[in-house]
Amino acid sequence: MKLPLLGDPEAILDRGLEGVDHNFVTGKLEELVKWSRARSCWPATFGLACCAIEMMATGGAHYDLARYGMEVFRASPRQADLMIVAGRVSQKMAPILRRIYDQMMEPKWVISMGVCASSGGMFNNYAIVQGVDQIVPVDVYAPGCPPGPETLMHAILTLHEKITSGELTQRREETGAGANLSVSQQDGQTSTGVVIRT
Amino acid sequence: MSDSVLHVPREELIETVSGLRDDGYVSVLDVTAVDYLEHPGRTDLPPETTPERFELVVTLISHAAPGRVRLRVQVPADDPTVPTLFDLYPGTEALEREVADMFGIVFEGHPDPTRILMPPDWEGHPLRKDFAVGRIPVQFKATR
Amino acid sequence: MSAPDTTVETATDEAVRRREDSAVLRIGEDDGERLEAEAGTSDTSMVMNMGPQHPSTHGVLRLMLEMEGETVMRSKPVIGYLHTGMEKTAETLTYLQGPTNVTRMDYASPLFSELAFSMATEALLGLELPPRATWIRMLMCELNRISSHLLFQATNGMDIGAVSMMIYGWREREEALRLLETITGLRMNHNYIRPGGVAADLPDGWRDEVLTLIDTLPARLNEFDTLLTGQPIYRERLQGVGVINTAECLALGVTGPILRSTGYVWDLRRDMPYLAYDQVEFDVVVGTYGDCFDRYAIRLNEIRESIRILAQILDQMPSGDYRVQDKKVTPPPRARIDESMEALIHHFKIFTEGFKVPAGEVYAAVESPRGELGCYMVSDGSAVPYRMHIRGPSFVNLQTLPHLMQGGMVADAVAIISSVDPIMGEVDR
Ligand code: SF4
Repeated sequence: MKLPLLGDPEAILDRGLEGVDHNFVTGKLEELVKWSRARSCWPATFGLACCAIEMMATGGAHYDLARYGMEVFRASPRQADLMIVAGRVSQKMAPILRRIYDQMMEPKWVISMGVCASSGGMFNNYAIVQGVDQIVPVDVYAPGCPPGPETLMHAILTLHEKITSGELTQRREETGAGANLSVSQQDGQTSTGVVIRT
Repeated sequence: MSDSVLHVPREELIETVSGLRDDGYVSVLDVTAVDYLEHPGRTDLPPETTPERFELVVTLISHAAPGRVRLRVQVPADDPTVPTLFDLYPGTEALEREVADMFGIVFEGHPDPTRILMPPDWEGHPLRKDFAVGRIPVQFKATR
Repeated sequence: MSAPDTTVETATDEAVRRREDSAVLRIGEDDGERLEAEAGTSDTSMVMNMGPQHPSTHGVLRLMLEMEGETVMRSKPVIGYLHTGMEKTAETLTYLQGPTNVTRMDYASPLFSELAFSMATEALLGLELPPRATWIRMLMCELNRISSHLLFQATNGMDIGAVSMMIYGWREREEALRLLETITGLRMNHNYIRPGGVAADLPDGWRDEVLTLIDTLPARLNEFDTLLTGQPIYRERLQGVGVINTAECLALGVTGPILRSTGYVWDLRRDMPYLAYDQVEFDVVVGTYGDCFDRYAIRLNEIRESIRILAQILDQMPSGDYRVQDKKVTPPPRARIDESMEALIHHFKIFTEGFKVPAGEVYAAVESPRGELGCYMVSDGSAVPYRMHIRGPSFVNLQTLPHLMQGGMVADAVAIISSVDPIMGEVDR
């Protein structure tokens, strides 16, 4: 088997860069940018409630978010590309959430993790914002209460796909709206491939 | 193992609590309140106590002879004030702020009478019975 | 056991009680910015804001710190950023739905809130539980205590800068969570302990799984000891930091590991036993100095005590029903529903209308990993609680922060917050 542009994979494994057929790679700069955006998508630490514990579990050894280049949760919004809203957003927290979103650099993405962030969940009352999409544009909604690490990773991979296709960035520039994707819950199942409903 | 319950008039609250403190009730565990607006006919009050809209509930614990005591204080709706217990048990500070925030009961002499859970500019006291839950109707968009 | 010393009147106690120039900064939430601007003109002190979005404030805690140089003078925890209105929502949910709500308060140890809620409901109903239900509850609670303290080890390590501790803490916690998932069906927010018993019997093979856990954990805990307990940097960061004494703790209403770290023996499981804790043997772990290190060590050793309790529960687990066989509160078994119309209606009624609970008021408390977790419940005789209040230990314990931080360095603030181990869901409810 030969990799396009690169040559024989075994030779590359053996001899490193020496094994590459050509010592340059051509491609569109745009593709390269999209690819690197998706592969180093750093989330902001934005843990709010129970879901945050599962978000931290995803970063732990067992689920190993580092596989996707995402293990660095940035404390400063300036260094983050992805905001995972993990938990219920109260009326008191809402303005702060928006401020942190505004402080993040473009291009930026938002995953709404858990039913509370997506719709208020079981707390249909005076204190909770009924859906974080009223405050920031949401790209992917992860269902569950809490969504297990598998579901969160599924949401993240779905987002990666959209980032690589570039569609999302264009839409954001035009309308300012998020992608509004919902993914299905994946906890405790063997993966059946990516199911995307728009 | 049920806790003992005392019905204390508002005026005697401080006196009773300091008496209990001398008796070895080392901590105030809990200060909370109940709004009896929709449940006025409660029957568990002794005859000499007039039921009022609010009831302040203070729970104290004794460690030497393990046991809790619960004080129930009637607080009228037209004058919802209670003396603060802060000077006896500083641990009531946050608990009293919560009651003040949620029920609008004023603690006289409290060192920091500000809202604790709701934003400072919030109107109303959420746990009062005449404060709506604040539901918004759920629309099942997917079924349409 | 000697009677605990309960004298409260000491000089330190006065310091807690003082209104002026005490450790607590008593200014409005919005005054921070104004003061910051003013303080810019004076060179003695300034007010700094920490949180609510800060990696080491365990969620959404915000602190206002008044500082002189790098020394923290007064401070004020500002909370409410996760206020969920759960006590209000509880007034719209039936007693059977209630645990779904309270379990989301303390999300590191959800089973304890469920337990307090269920115990309060059962006290109002006057229910007597079958022994197996009691022991299953104990089993679950101890498992949950282990997972909660492991979470503490992970986050505490991370806050101090021992980041690898986070990986180890999570690894162990996953084991405990896997077991909880096998039994309850969920990793968190189980809704497993319900009024009248538990939701389901223990699954086949539970005994082996618990055994595997209690066989592997002790060795892993020894690894924690190697990694942290004896490590000079770690000790340096924690020892003598954030000191509090017994009198202050009692005056502030503090319970749990913080109170025990001062050398004061008080554990509801031993002193006011509930469930069947009077039938198992365990030690109450206490500290000496009341500093951050003691609090760390207490939590580590409480995991070991929980393992001891688990071993005894394995030996003594009785057989029988896992929930009361009282038609009023217990839905009929699944098989009966297929056969009998009445059973179906009965089942339907319990889950839609719920069951009526006699009027009255009650307070039930359990020893959660953070201290005394109480549930105060008022019933007006209908199927939903008239008022449901949870006394969250984190909420009360948070009041110690200003006293622990006063006079310390701002860098120690992180270690202190972490050692108080507040769960914001329970603080704000
Ligand atoms: S969705 Fe569930 S787990 Fe997540 S924050 Fe809400 S209640 Fe907690």
